[in-house]
Parts: sequence; structure tokens; C-alpha cells
Amino acid sequence: MASADLAPGRREIRTDAALDWVAERGVYLGLLALIAFNLMFTPRFAEVDNIRLQFVQVVPVAIIALGMALVIGTKGIDLSVGSVMAISSALLALFLGYGPIVAIVVGILGGATVGIVNGLLIARFGIQPIVATLALLVGGRGLALVLAQGRLTEVFDPTLGVIGSGRVFGIPIVVLVALAVALVVAFLVSRTTFGRYLVAIGGNPEASVLAGVPVRRTLIVVYTLCAILAALAGVIQTARLNASDPSFVGNLIELSAITAVVVGGTPLSGGRVRIIGTLAGAMLMQLISATLITHNLPDSATRMVQAVIIVAAVFIQRQRGSA
Amino acid sequence: MTTSARGSGDGQGGPLSSNAVASDDAGRVATRRERVAGILQRAGALVVLLAVIIVASLVFGGRFASVDNFLNILEASSFLGLVAVGMTFVIIGGGIDLSVGSLLALSAVLAAYGSQYGSVVAVALPLFVCGLIGLVNGLLIARARMAAFIATLATLLFARGLAFAVSDEGNTIFHIKAGLVVSALGQESLLGIRLPVVIAATVFLAGWLALTRSRYGTAVTAIGGSEDASRLMGLPIARVKVAMYLVSGLLAGLAGLLVAARSSSGQSTIGVGLELQAIAAVVIGGTLLTGGAGSIAGTLAGVLLLNVINNVINQVGTLSSYFQQVVSGIFLIVVVLVQRYLSREQRLVSEDQNRGQP
Amino acid sequence: MTTTTGGLPVLCVRDVSKRFGGVLALDGVSLELRSGEVHALVGENGAGKSTLIKILTGVYQPDEGQIIYRDAAVTFARPRDAQAAGISTIYQEVNLVPLLSVARNLFLGHEPTNRLGLIDFAQMHRDAQLVLARYGIDVDVRRPLRQLGLGVQQMVAIARAVSADHRVVIMDEPTSSLEAREVERLLEVVDVLRRDGVAVVYVSHRLEEVFRLCDRVTVLRDGRRIHTGPLANITRLDLVSRMLGRKVSDVERARTRFNEHDTTRAAEPILRATGLTRRHVLDHVSVDTRPGEVVGLAGLLGSGRSETAKAIYGAQPLDEGTVEVNGTPLRGGSPRAAIAAGLALIPEDRKAEGIIPMLSVRDNIVLAALPALSRAGIVSERGQDAVVDRLMSRLKIKASGPDQRVGELSGGNQQKVLLARVLCLNPRVLVLDDPTRGIDVGAKAEIQALISDLAAQGMAVILISSELEEVVEGSDTIVVLRDGAVVGKLGGNDVSEDGVMRLIAVAARETDVPTPHQAERDDHGVR
Repeated sequence: MASADLAPGRREIRTDAALDWVAERGVYLGLLALIAFNLMFTPRFAEVDNIRLQFVQVVPVAIIALGMALVIGTKGIDLSVGSVMAISSALLALFLGYGPIVAIVVGILGGATVGIVNGLLIARFGIQPIVATLALLVGGRGLALVLAQGRLTEVFDPTLGVIGSGRVFGIPIVVLVALAVALVVAFLVSRTTFGRYLVAIGGNPEASVLAGVPVRRTLIVVYTLCAILAALAGVIQTARLNASDPSFVGNLIELSAITAVVVGGTPLSGGRVRIIGTLAGAMLMQLISATLITHNLPDSATRMVQAVIIVAAVFIQRQRGSA
Repeated sequence: MTTSARGSGDGQGGPLSSNAVASDDAGRVATRRERVAGILQRAGALVVLLAVIIVASLVFGGRFASVDNFLNILEASSFLGLVAVGMTFVIIGGGIDLSVGSLLALSAVLAAYGSQYGSVVAVALPLFVCGLIGLVNGLLIARARMAAFIATLATLLFARGLAFAVSDEGNTIFHIKAGLVVSALGQESLLGIRLPVVIAATVFLAGWLALTRSRYGTAVTAIGGSEDASRLMGLPIARVKVAMYLVSGLLAGLAGLLVAARSSSGQSTIGVGLELQAIAAVVIGGTLLTGGAGSIAGTLAGVLLLNVINNVINQVGTLSSYFQQVVSGIFLIVVVLVQRYLSREQRLVSEDQNRGQP
Repeated sequence: MTTTTGGLPVLCVRDVSKRFGGVLALDGVSLELRSGEVHALVGENGAGKSTLIKILTGVYQPDEGQIIYRDAAVTFARPRDAQAAGISTIYQEVNLVPLLSVARNLFLGHEPTNRLGLIDFAQMHRDAQLVLARYGIDVDVRRPLRQLGLGVQQMVAIARAVSADHRVVIMDEPTSSLEAREVERLLEVVDVLRRDGVAVVYVSHRLEEVFRLCDRVTVLRDGRRIHTGPLANITRLDLVSRMLGRKVSDVERARTRFNEHDTTRAAEPILRATGLTRRHVLDHVSVDTRPGEVVGLAGLLGSGRSETAKAIYGAQPLDEGTVEVNGTPLRGGSPRAAIAAGLALIPEDRKAEGIIPMLSVRDNIVLAALPALSRAGIVSERGQDAVVDRLMSRLKIKASGPDQRVGELSGGNQQKVLLARVLCLNPRVLVLDDPTRGIDVGAKAEIQALISDLAAQGMAVILISSELEEVVEGSDTIVVLRDGAVVGKLGGNDVSEDGVMRLIAVAARETDVPTPHQAERDDHGVR
């Protein structure tokens, strides 16, 4: 027995190579295929304006997906991100009278509060992440509607206008913000103790406890961070649309974010976070919906396709995990 | 995941337990705290429901406490009730079904759309499609072993997309022509009681029988209580689970059909957040969110409680209707926290028994 | 003790092998069960007991060999098949549904129904009462199972298992969580089964029970059958030595033999664990270690040795007991506090509690030491790489590089990664729970040599091993545990395999008989 133990599982790893490849790099393949398709069949796809538009539109999902990737890395889930967007958007509109900076800060703090509640419920009280964040998904949306009294508010502010549609060297500011967020998250994951702890918790919670990892604290920070990013996405969305509409902003975005994360190679079973994969996953979802829309397929088709993609992605992950 | 860090004082009993085990056959006698916790868990919803009704009656008088208003509450409860019966089975069986709200909308749209081709199509089409999606949920969860929340989240998206696709992106609202038999389902009464209420009551009765008196119900309870033990005892786990999600889908479909019949139209935007209300009603009714124990009667009390509260919020008038969502969310959290506390008091949750993540 | 060897063979296992990945869990094992016999199945960690049981019950299928049941070759594709054929299993942890009533547990899946297809509760409760009465149990069968004592729960499990026409009953450590009186009752029930002509496989690490109850015994070790024979013909000491085994790799041993340490140079214990108690698990266990001393915790599987290790480290809930490091009491229930106080643990179950398989070798090694290797939460890459490089070369970790995932390494190298993880911490007390379990000979020798080195440098070590030889050769002092309590302590020249086995094998009532070694027993150790 002892001598046979030299290389356990080597063979399985090799036979799973194909599935591994699809799960890890399928997203880039899909992205390339979509781009090729669009170059051939979509008029004006390669024009600067269109490329810029695609990047601008992917920003909210991309930012949220980055936070979601951290949460999923701990083997958790956060369904409340869309409602957090709505709350920050509503707060932004509500506090605009005190100046744009104050409004943005209040919006993001409001989102962070939801994240802290999520984190406490999950880490301190041991409630399943699905249930805790589902409660805040519905409760949070209701809160946003209460704050905004259910109305769409037009938001006109020069500062927000610059954030929403300004450009630096032709690159939209929102895209730069998203890139900055990606860099920060990548730094957190690769270079900080926090990043190490979160993947350790997702990879093996028992071992993490025995290795002295501060499990509760890390989880609370992860959910708070995810909510802060969602709130940031809410601010960006509001600035871009010049309006706050709490009944629609961020609706079902949790699904797009989860799909982007999973398609990008971060397993739902936790223990790993893929930043570039997540960004590629977000872009893939964006291009799918853009492609469907430019080819006159309705929004509903996008949803159904997205549902099929998420099932397929998780299915491939499961097969890989159980093989 | 954090429970592994839970320290001492968890599994060990109170002062009574060491003596109790020694008494061999009699086993461990439940302490008074445990019994109280158990009663609260099972009947808490009913107590709160009665209290809310009494207080509301005193505050609002005839505006609240009238036969008409009570019948309204019953009717409003019937749609959520149908969904909640299915959800009760799913949660007792250790799962969760997030797709029910979308299924309800899809069913309403399909019923109204199908009514162009007659009442039979109007009834059969939504039930068939919703049953099919429920079946897919079950297969993805029980056979492909996907996490319940992710599979049903995907079908939530899919069903909503389908509802929009059928209704031209929500721009077309199909209407059920007056005089069709299917309209009667939503609008006629039996002995002065609206048919949706009658149907929901029948489903509650059937659900209660199935859960407490059938082998199937016992199997669901056993699987939710301990899937490993159930497998070792030879229960057909996958089949029971698939049936669970199939029934949940069918009942959501039935609810949507009744909504369409009641309003003579099918809108693709209804039912958002219904899954949370259903989960809340089930959990308020004393069903353990971790599975393995619960009751249909409790769910009934939970459904009525939520609707009475909604009714009261409407009575107040000055409160915006969005408060209902806030209240549902807060309610769920409070109930889950209380339930965790009660479970610990009764020692239902032991150190090694914590449900993992996907 | 019964000396009859039962009737006709019911179930024969012939040359069964089972492989998991690269690990051969069962290697050509044969077993013959006769009706009306109670057949003990014993062995240490990794012996293959549970694999064999899972093959008999249809959880696993054998890679080679066959199972002959009632004169026909059979394959059980899943547990239901084995049950349908009449083979049932009683598990160590009661495998019933605690929230359901006693009667429902008894009849789950085949409840009596009335004409409408609804469960006939009156009938079911009557039947349940009758079935239980056979085993002398009188309880309200409508009560939830969890309200009953564990003994009764175990009895219900047995009643469920044999209420149908069952020919073989497998009991996997059925008494491990029972009180003494409950054990008595269970043993009576097993006697009833024997009289009924049922073949019983009895897996236990409690030798008293084995000798009292069983007719024949099969000893497994490292996936192979070592011995089968009537218990009447074997002494307790003989059985223990067969279970623990002696490695044939004498050549290796000569090279890796631990150094003798000079333990007199530090008189004061750095670690003092006193009166560690947890119901059913630990009974006033006390252990001390001085710097430079290796204290072995010896005992069979289930003796409480791993629990003691975890209790010292704050990872095992306790009812009573204190752990002091350098005279400062440790906050209980917190591995973090233990690490901060200078403790480090390598847990028994490498896969479940040790490695984080998806992370790289580097990340696994530095995980526990991150606070020291970082400033303001930012990990110092240079400091980290230096530590990882040093430890990887010192421990000769064979990996394609620090970036390789730990899940892809061999068992021996995974264990070295865990050692590297604890060494990063520069601990003052190192607790090692079976550090060489299931790893290849070369890695084993290296790890043993390393432990010896560390002790020589002044580290206090607590060592557990499923191989007696390793504990005896590596330890300066040995604390012997049985059934969660200390039964003796050996030091100096008394440390010998023979001495340990005698203490383990001694029957419960004989512990009062003084032996030379027991004079050294810790006052807190025995109650």
C-alpha cells in the first residue's frame, strides 16, 4: 500500500484533461468564436464606437462578477448584489443634494452595510449563504423602492456625468474604473493574506480552521467587499444612465455575475479565484446578448441562452469534480 | 462552514442528560426548555397569526375584521399557498426551489396564450410546460448532482425568458376571453368561496395526507433528515427528489393558471420574489430550512400570516406597498435566526450535522 | 466465550482486491462467514476493514476476486442490492434518521398501508412494538428516535436490520459510543442473533468485547489478511501484536532509528495538559512534554489518541480540562490561540483536515505562517519564497515546483508539505498525529529522521502512530491510552513494544494489578 501511494490519482488527472481544458479555457475559445462570428456577420462590429460600447456595457457585470468571484472562492454565494445596486442607486439620488461625492460615499456605505449584514448572518450565525443573501435580495430591493418611493428619479450632475460618460484618451472612465477594480482584486487575491485565507477557506474549511485561519473575519470581509463592489456598480450605472430606477437597476444581475464567474473557470465548490477568466466570462455574456440583439433576437432569448450556459458550465464543473 | 469552529458546549447536555441516558430504555427525557422550543417551532406561526389577527381587529375594527376581508385574505393566500405546498416538500427534502416565481408567470402567460385555442389547451399547456421544467430541475439536482439553488436559479432565468418570449418581450398581454370555462377556475365560487381557495384547500389537504400518511412523504422527510442514512436504508433517493421538484413545478404552474383565470390575463412580469415569500411562509411554519422536519399545517399558518400582514400594511395605507418586500426579507431572516436558536435548544443541530454548500 | 465455530458457510469472499487511484486498499483478501458464528474483523488504520465492509454491503465493487453468497457468485451494485439479498449493516454512528419516530425508522420504505395506500399507523406501531419486544426493548415507538439513548437507537438499527429475512449482519464498531450498560444489552442481542443462525461480522477495536463475544477472528493489516482462526486459540497479546504488526524493512529501520535524546536537561514541562475530559471520548487524560522530549501517545484506533492530540490543540470540544504552555493556560476551542502560544498540529486525516488540495505547494506551506510573513496584510513574496525554498529543499519535497497543486502530489510529499507548514511556525510544541501513515518507505524514513532532529534541537514533540514500532522507537516517554483513558505511562528503559502491548491488552479488571510500569502513572491519568 505504501509504495503504491507514490502517485495517487495521476491517471485520473490525465483522462480529465479534456474537461479541465474546457472548464479552464473554454471561455476564451467562446469569446474568440463570438468575435469571429461578429466580424463576419455583424456590420460595423469592429468600429471603435461599437467596441467602446461593448466595454462600457460590460462594466457593471464585470465589477460585480469580481466581487462574486471572491465570494464563490470561499464556497459561498451572494444573491443580493442586484438589490445592493438598487440601494446604492437610490441613496445616490436621494443624497445628491449634498454634492456628488457625499452621495457616492453614502451610496457605497449603504451597500457595504448590506454586505456586513450578509457576512454576519453567514459567518457569525451560520445561516446558509443562499438563504441569507436571498432574504437581502428581496428585502434590499424593497428597501431601495421605499427609499425612492418606487419612482424613477432623473439624476443630473456634472460630476456624475463625467464619471458616466467621460473619456480619458478615448477610453471611457467607467472602463478605467473597472480595470482599477480588477487590478485591486487581483492584488488582493494574489498578494495579501486575505486572498490566501479566502481560497483556503473555500478549498478546505476544516483544514483552514486547524491552520489558524481567521475564518469568520475573512468571510465577513469577503461579503462586505462584494457588496461594496455591487454598490460601486450601482453608482456607475446611475451615472451612465443619468437616472436611478430602483425597480429595474441590477435586476437578475446576480445571475449574470455568477455565470461570468463560473464560465471563467472559478469552481462553485470554492478554493480558487480566476480574475482574468471572470472578466472574460463577463465579456462573453455581454457579447452573447449584444450578438443576439443585433441579429434581432429579443432580450428574452438572451436570458434563455444564459440559463443554458450556466447549467452547461456548472454541469461541466460537476463532471470534472466527480470524475 | 464556520460551524466546525464551534466550540464546546454544543453537543453536551444539560444537567439532566447524564442521568437520563443511564435509564437505558427510557432514553433521554426531553428537558422543559427543549419541549417549549419544540412547541414554539411547530406552533409559533399559528400563535403569531392569531395575535396579529386579534391586534389588527382591535386597531382597524370592521375594516379588517369582516367576512369580506377575510375571504379576500384567503383568496390572496391561495396562490402563494399552492406554491408553498410544493416548496414545503422541497425544503423538507433538503432542497430549495428558486424557480417558482418565474414558473408562475410563465404559466399565467401560457394559460392566457393557450386560451385562444380553448380551455383544454389553456389548462394543459401551462401545466405541461411547468411540469417539464420542474422535471428538469429534479433531474439536474438528483441525477446530475448540481446544487439545487444554481439549477433552479437557471430555470428561474429560463422560465422568465420564455414568458417574455411568448408575450413578445412583455409587450403583448394575452387576455382570456370571457365565458371560457377556464375563467371559471379563477372567478366562480363554490358555496360562496372562490374556486382558487377551494383548489388551494384541496391541495393543502392532499399535501398534508401525502406528507404525513404516505410512504412518499416519509421518504421525503427521511431524505431531508439524513440523505446518507436514507441511502443506506435503501430509499430510492433520486426518484423521490425528482418527484419533489416535479410537483413543485406543477403547483407553481397551477397557481399561475389560477392567477391568469382570476385576472383574465397573463402578464410576464408577475411573481418576482415569490420564491422568497414561499420560502418564508414554509420556514415561518416551522419547517426546518435544513430539511428533515416540517408540516403542511405550519406552512398554511405561515402563508396566512404573510397575507394578513400584507393586508394590514394595505390597511395602514400610508405605508408604501414596497414595505411588503422589506417585511418579507426581515421576516425570513428573523425566522431563520429564531429557528437556528430553537433547533440548538432542542439539539437538532449537532456538531457533525451541518449541511454543506454545493 | 463460545468455542463452536458455527455451521455452514453463508458468505465467502475470495481473493478480493480493491484499488483507489494508486492505492491498493485490499490485496487479495479472503473471508468465510458461517451461519451462527460471530466473526471478529480487526485491524488498525488503513488495514482495509471499512473497504471490505463496503464491498460486502454493495457500496464499493471489487476490482478482482468474487463474493459467493448462498452458493452463488453475486455482485452488489448498490446498498439496496445487498440488503435485498439479506445482508445488512449496523454502523458505528447510528445510521437512522434522528428526526423520525422509532416506528417510522423501523419500517422506512416498507410501511404497512391500508386500502387507500395510506400508512396504517396503528398497525405500524403495533408491529414496531412487537419487533422491539423481541430484543427486550419497551419504548414509545411514536417518539422521535433522537430522544432515545444511543444504546436504544443502536438496538432499533439492529431490529431494523434483522427484522426481515436476514442471513448476514455486519456490525461496524457498534459499541463505540455506548455506555457500559448499553453495551451489555447489545452483546445480549448479538447472542440472540447467533442462536437464530445469523452470521455476524463484528468489527471492533475493543478487545474485551471481541474475546467475550466472538467465535473466530480475522486480522487485516495494510490491505492484507494476516490471520484467521478461532479466538480460543489466540492470546490477547498475540492478537494485538498481529494487529500492530512489525515491518519487514529492517534495513531501512537501522538507518532511520531515532536518536536517544537527553531529556534530563530541561526538567520543567513546556506543555502541561491536565484532566482532558469529553463524555464518551476522553476521560481525564493528562500529558506533559518537556523541551527536547518526544512523548508518544500509544493505543489502538479509537483509544482517544487522536482526540487527545486535538484537545491539546484546541480543536476538540472539552467538558473539562486545561492545557498550559509554559505555565500560561490556553484559551480553549481555538487553534489560532494554540498556534499563537507556540503549538502546531499535523492532523491525522491528511486529506480532510490537512492539505488544501487546490492550492499550490507554496500557498499550503505558508498558510499558517502568513501573519509572520506579511506586513499590513500584504504578503512578502521574497520572505515567503525564501521560506518555501528552504523548507522544500530541507524536507526534499518532490514537486514540479512551488506552484504545483498539492492535490497532485504523492501522499508522502503531501505530508512533507504539512510538516513544512508547521515548521514555518517555529513551534515550541509539535503534535504529530500519525505523520507517516500511508506514505512510502523513503519519505517515512526522512520524516522520522526529521522528527528526531527537531527534538534534538529542543522542540517538544507529541507523537502518535498507528505503527507501534514507530512510537516505541521514536519516543522518550509513552503514554498508553485505552477507551479514552490513560492506562499507563512508560519511560526510560521501560519503553518497549512488549510493554505497550501488555498495557493495551490488559483486561479492564486487571488494570488494578500493579505492574512495574504503572508505578509511574500520572496521578491525573487514571480514575
